[in-house]
This record gives sequence, structure tokens and C-alpha cells, in this order.
Amino acid sequence: MVWETVIGLEVHVQLATKSKLFSGSSITFGAAPNTQANIFDLAMPGTLPVMNEAALRMAVKFGLAIDAEIGRKSVFDRKNYFYPDLPKGYQVSQLDFPTVGKGELEIALEDGSTKVVGITRAHIEEDAGKSLHEDFQGLTGIDLNRAGTPLLEIVSEPELANAKEAVAYLKKLHSIIRYLGISDGNMAQGSMRCDANVSVRKKGDTELGTRTEIKNINSFRFVEKAILHEAERQIDIIEDGGRIVQETRLYDADKNETRSMRSKEVANDYRYFPEPDLLPIVIDEAYIEAVRAELPELPNAKRERFVSQYELSEYDAGVIASSRQMADFFEEVVAICKDAKLSSNWVSVDLQAVLNKQDLEIENSPISAERLGGLIARIKDKTISSKIAKTVFEAMLESEQSADEIIASQGLKQVTDSGAIEKLVDEVIANNPEQVEQYRSGKEKVFAFFIGQAMKASRGKANPEQLNTLLKQKLKA
Amino acid sequence: MALEQSDVEKIAQLARLDVDANEAQEVTKRISSILELIDQMQDVNTKNVAPLAHPFDAIQRLRPDEVTETDQREYLQAIAPATQDGLYLVPKVIE
Repeated sequence: MVWETVIGLEVHVQLATKSKLFSGSSITFGAAPNTQANIFDLAMPGTLPVMNEAALRMAVKFGLAIDAEIGRKSVFDRKNYFYPDLPKGYQVSQLDFPTVGKGELEIALEDGSTKVVGITRAHIEEDAGKSLHEDFQGLTGIDLNRAGTPLLEIVSEPELANAKEAVAYLKKLHSIIRYLGISDGNMAQGSMRCDANVSVRKKGDTELGTRTEIKNINSFRFVEKAILHEAERQIDIIEDGGRIVQETRLYDADKNETRSMRSKEVANDYRYFPEPDLLPIVIDEAYIEAVRAELPELPNAKRERFVSQYELSEYDAGVIASSRQMADFFEEVVAICKDAKLSSNWVSVDLQAVLNKQDLEIENSPISAERLGGLIARIKDKTISSKIAKTVFEAMLESEQSADEIIASQGLKQVTDSGAIEKLVDEVIANNPEQVEQYRSGKEKVFAFFIGQAMKASRGKANPEQLNTLLKQKLKA
Repeated sequence: MALEQSDVEKIAQLARLDVDANEAQEVTKRISSILELIDQMQDVNTKNVAPLAHPFDAIQRLRPDEVTETDQREYLQAIAPATQDGLYLVPKVIE
């Protein structure tokens, strides 16, 4: 039996406002418990919500970035449920009239092709507080600092066909929200959280199978693992003659398994109704156009520009453009060294390897764009070979010096003086008569041996092209 | 639209309201009569009427994104039944 997986993602993005959605409390991460929870956040009687304009603007910005319909009139609703970290007894959300309607997101697949994934909607809602179940002698501790933090919940169509597509979608979403500056997208801190709706069906079936919702997925890697695991679990159940129960499951990264949390309450158990404390939000064309004018160049547009302006390959341009910070860094480097291809390689390969190893973002790169540009400029003007450049790069990691300073102090300047190179070549030929004989009798492979010897003698500094030419001439003589 | 007593009991449970069997019977009657009124209203032709989100014909005013609140934890926790390490304590809840 051939099965196919159908995945839809619900992604909660914490909006990067300074204050809460409906109150003037701060939302700084890591503050001491309940120091950012005021009388409104605690749902004291008589308090009323006042909507934060920045949260609305960020939602609209996202909507424009995914070509979505912007709700000219959005309405908040109460989603009612009881939990101690939700003091009001309801979450304010948007049910029928979300701020962002249907849109789409283009994702890159592994084979290099692209796929357009539908986004059903994105609505603004408030976050709940945190419950801590440990260490309180049988009681639960409640921290309401997070209660009322503005979230944008982005709901995709069930159009993702496997775990890899889900990861690609999530990464693209992450890239876009960071480009827009509407969230830091930090999954470890919970600024971006993902729930996955997963179902399986026989290949070719048009009806969707019963789905489960997996919660608590807080890294790109876990998304892939959780989905793979859940799809397998479902297939096993069906093949054993069982049936899937619609429920919420929790992903346990330590055990790499999902386990049942609770049967999904049917939708109307939340008894949604329009929030009487808030009037409808009305957005006019002028507002939308003002937000549109604030949109930065987005990843796809940047990728295309990098291809046409810098003649990068689609792939290289895509890698660089996936992060606004990396793209900015790259353009700074190019401005200094004037070589886009070299810059792209050094930024996305050499520097990225260092960043990965040290677990750093490019904003905190140990080598600034200015220093890297200075290094590449010396490769381009042939002061150093690309091999020596790696040595200089390593040295730059250990110091604050510029490439020029390191090249000067370590005497790494490439030897381009043809007299000096000629001398090297003569020596190598004189010292290795046996190999010279072999070469001259037609064993051309020996040529690499001569290059190696000459390079060694110059401590890697001989200009490779000049060396090549001269060696060939002399050996033929 | 008729309402069963079991519906009332379910709604009461969801709303965490303590409604005993006698009350439930009475409440079922009263809510049913409200629903009858709604049934009557359903007959009105509302084809050209946009759904009403709020009885006031006004739009929401927005506030600039500024932190205006200061830390009032000490003051607010003074009236809480139980606190520890800055947390509000409640009876244990585990899903």
C-alpha cells in the first residue's frame, strides 16, 4: 500500500511590539515573574482592552508580504475556556473576520523546484500566561508576564506533502517575518511556535484522512521528526485495521514520539462570540498603502536582483537572500571587494561554517563585513592566492586585525616577481633530475609534483598561474 | 429550536456553573423561551443586512505601542490568596 501524508501548519508568531496587545505592559523576554502583568492582564473587574496599533500594522505588513486579502473590517471574538493562566476565562482572537485573509507562500523544494503553498488566514490574538507545575507542594505556579502578548496565528492550507516541505514552509515563513521585522522568530524562546495537523491517506484518494494535531514543536528539526513519526504511527494503525482518533498529541523530543494529550474539543465548545469590549477594526486604503510603503525588499525579489545584478546562480542567490541579515552583510562585502561570486562563496560557505560551529548569527559574526571584504579584495587583486586566503581568514578569527595587517605581519604576500619565481623553478628542476627525465619522456602526471615542490619552497606564496606557465616552459626546454 | 436538559447541563459544565437537576429543568425552560424568540426573529428577511459585530456604530480606536504600565507586583500580590517566588499559586492543574 502506498500512502501519502497531508500536512497543514498553524504557526504562532509573537509580534515584536514593545507593549501587549490590549494593555501597556511591557513584553520583555525573561523578566521576573508577574512584573509585567498589570490589572488588565490579571483581568481585574472594570478593566477594558485598548488595541495596540503596532500589532495591527505588523499583521497587515505580513498580509501584504504574502499577497493576502487584508480584512477591511476585522472583528475580535472571545474563545472561551477555563485555565488558570488565562485569567479572563477567554482568549481574545479573530474567528470569522481575521485581519489577514487568503494568501500564498512560495517554498523551495529539495530538487530545486518551487511550490506555492496556500495560506488560509492569519489572525491576531493574545497569548496566555505560563503554568509551572513543579516545586510548589502540590500547587501550580502562574506567571502572567506572557498573558496578553500579541500573536499572529498563521494557518496554512493542508497542502504540504511531507515533512521536508513542512520544514521548507516554516523556514520561508521564518525568513519573511524576520525580513519584515515583525518578530524575532526565535523558536527556542517561543517567539515562533508550530502546531502540525497531520493525516495520511491512500495515494490517489481525494478525501482527507482523520487528522491529529501535534503540539509543542519548537525547532525546525523537531518539526521534521515529529511529522515523520506521526505519519508512521498513523499508517501502522490503519494497516493493522485500526482507525485514527481526532485528537491533540504532544511531541516528546527526548523520546521522539507523540502521545495523546486530549481529544479535541469540538469547535463550538469554545462558544466563540464577538468580543463586546472591542469595536470592529476598520482599515482603509490609505492605511494599507502606508504599510505597503514600509515593506522591505522581500526574499524572492532580493534573490532575483542578486541573480541579475551580481550574476549569482539562482541557488547561491537563494541561500544569501534567505536571511535579510546575511543579504545585507553580503552586499557590504561586495561593495568593498567588488567581486560578487567570491563574496557569495566566502559568506555562505566559509563564514557560515564558522557561524554554525560557534552557534552565532551573522549579526554577531567574529569577522565584520568590512574585514571580510578587505580579505577578498586581496584575493581579487592577486596579492594572495585563495589558498593563502584561508590562512589569513583563520588568523582573522583569532584577532581584530585586517587582512592587510595579517598579510604584512606574516609575510604572506603572493610572489609575483617573475625573477623570483623563475629562480624557484630552476632550483626545483635542478634538484629533481629523475622527475624531469620522467616528465620529458611523456609522463605528464609528474607536473603536479613540480608544482607541489615549488609551492612548498615558496611557502605557498608563489602566484600559481605564473608558476604554472614558467614550469611548463622550463620543462619543455 | 428545542433545548434538552442535557444541553443545559453541558453548557453549565463548560461555563463552570453549578446548576443542579431542579435548576437545570427551570433553566432549560427559560432558555428555550429565549430561543423561541430567536426562532421568530429568524423569519425576518436579513438578506441585505450585514452581520452586526457590535451594537455601537463606531470603530475601534487604537493606541500607540508604548509601555505605560509599571511593575505593580507587590501591590497586586498582596490581595492574592497564595503566592511564591513571584508566582500566583493555584490548585494543581495538569492536563
